[in-house]
Amino acid sequence: MTGNLLEIRDLHKRYGDVEVLKGVDCTMAQGDVISIIGSSGSGKTTMLRCINMLEEFQGGSIRIDGEEIGYETTGGTRRRKKEKEIARQRAMTGMAFQQFNLFPHMSAAENVMLGLVKVKGMRRDEARSVAEKWLDRVGLAERRDRFPGQLSGGQQQRVAIARAIAMNPKLMLFDEVTSALDPELVNEVLQVIKDLARDGMSMLLVTHEMRFAYEVSSRVIFMNQGRIGEEGNPREMFLKPQTERLAEFLKTSTFN
Amino acid sequence: MGYTLNFSAVWRSFDQLLMGLALSLGLAFVAITIGCVLGLVTAFGLLSKRGMLRHPARIYVTIIRNTPILVLVLFTFFALPQLGIRLGKIESFVATLALYSGAYLAEVFRGGLLAVPNGLKEAGLAIGLTQSQIRNSIVMPLMLRNVLPSLSSTLISLFKDTSLAAAIAVPELTFEARKINVETFRVIETWIVASCLYVATCSVLAALLRRLERRMSIPR
Repeated sequence: MTGNLLEIRDLHKRYGDVEVLKGVDCTMAQGDVISIIGSSGSGKTTMLRCINMLEEFQGGSIRIDGEEIGYETTGGTRRRKKEKEIARQRAMTGMAFQQFNLFPHMSAAENVMLGLVKVKGMRRDEARSVAEKWLDRVGLAERRDRFPGQLSGGQQQRVAIARAIAMNPKLMLFDEVTSALDPELVNEVLQVIKDLARDGMSMLLVTHEMRFAYEVSSRVIFMNQGRIGEEGNPREMFLKPQTERLAEFLKTSTFN
Repeated sequence: MGYTLNFSAVWRSFDQLLMGLALSLGLAFVAITIGCVLGLVTAFGLLSKRGMLRHPARIYVTIIRNTPILVLVLFTFFALPQLGIRLGKIESFVATLALYSGAYLAEVFRGGLLAVPNGLKEAGLAIGLTQSQIRNSIVMPLMLRNVLPSLSSTLISLFKDTSLAAAIAVPELTFEARKINVETFRVIETWIVASCLYVATCSVLAALLRRLERRMSIPR
């Protein structure tokens, strides 16, 4: 054990000829809340998606709790791990998506229960009570039997967060979770994330909500053209940006 | 003109028509059940990244869908025995209709699979589900809901295709009707009754499928 929860070393990712991640290094400790900011196309979402192997990557390594994610190198050849093994590793992280991605044919509770039953092997009644506990935590106890189509965007996103958290991940990944929401629904979701941060959940957030990143993060990473442009504590980053790129980016982003 | 409708001769043979209808339903049920499995496997084949799976699936669908079913029926029954494959007339027809429905259903299922958003599969992966768990718990249930409306017309169409079994003397509804027609010379009456039986059966089938569609619809 290195003591680090997450350790990314020299991460490279290409789509064909286009290199979107050009050597990213990042470590995070248990309980850290790191916001990743940057303009679109800078590679922040891709980096997040590499951590749970929704994207393949061609170079570098990612470790969670010391365990190498996705690939193994034997005798100099790098090989993708077996699907089953990758599925197990994916369950070490939880992810909330921009588009919520709730399963539309299942109620809120069933959405949360699916992973508990299929991945964790819980009995249905056991899974049901865990699901209810987490739906209650995100303020949706009364809506647990509603279907996604019967919920507002903010409620759907909260169910999606409950679905991820209920799996008891070591690390939560949030991918622009408020970008698809109407402005008046953003706060209810951010509040849920703040509560989780306060409880000590380790989180990596890709976000465009600068005020939120400022308030909630222990560290901020600014991604620029596939590399980490600047990183540090939010106060320094937002108030005294060291690079011109970050200063420019902050000028164009709303800080409210 | 002066033709007076007289159904009595047809009524006397009505049992025969019903037996024919029962066989038609049986043929359709067995053939379409096999066809559904075949169609589903083929649909996954059509969408596979591997050419080894995709090409055979595409060839199967293309050949079958571009050949008239009557030609397929005659080929299976008359030509296959020349090649040493000898099937009874019922087996031969069921095999043909199964193959035929498999090709049509493959395209229906393919459309339904394509309509399942990729983000849902990613959400499944993200909570640690395996590919097969995602297929069974997320993709298939949603696919089925996507295809139900168009499935209904395909299934009715396939049921009506059982009438082509008459061409190889399978005693289903059309074959029985033709027999009664020849025996009684009541041409109009016989075919009116046979048509009514087809219409009634198809309507019941359509109603059942609509009910299934309603029951499976997602609350919103």
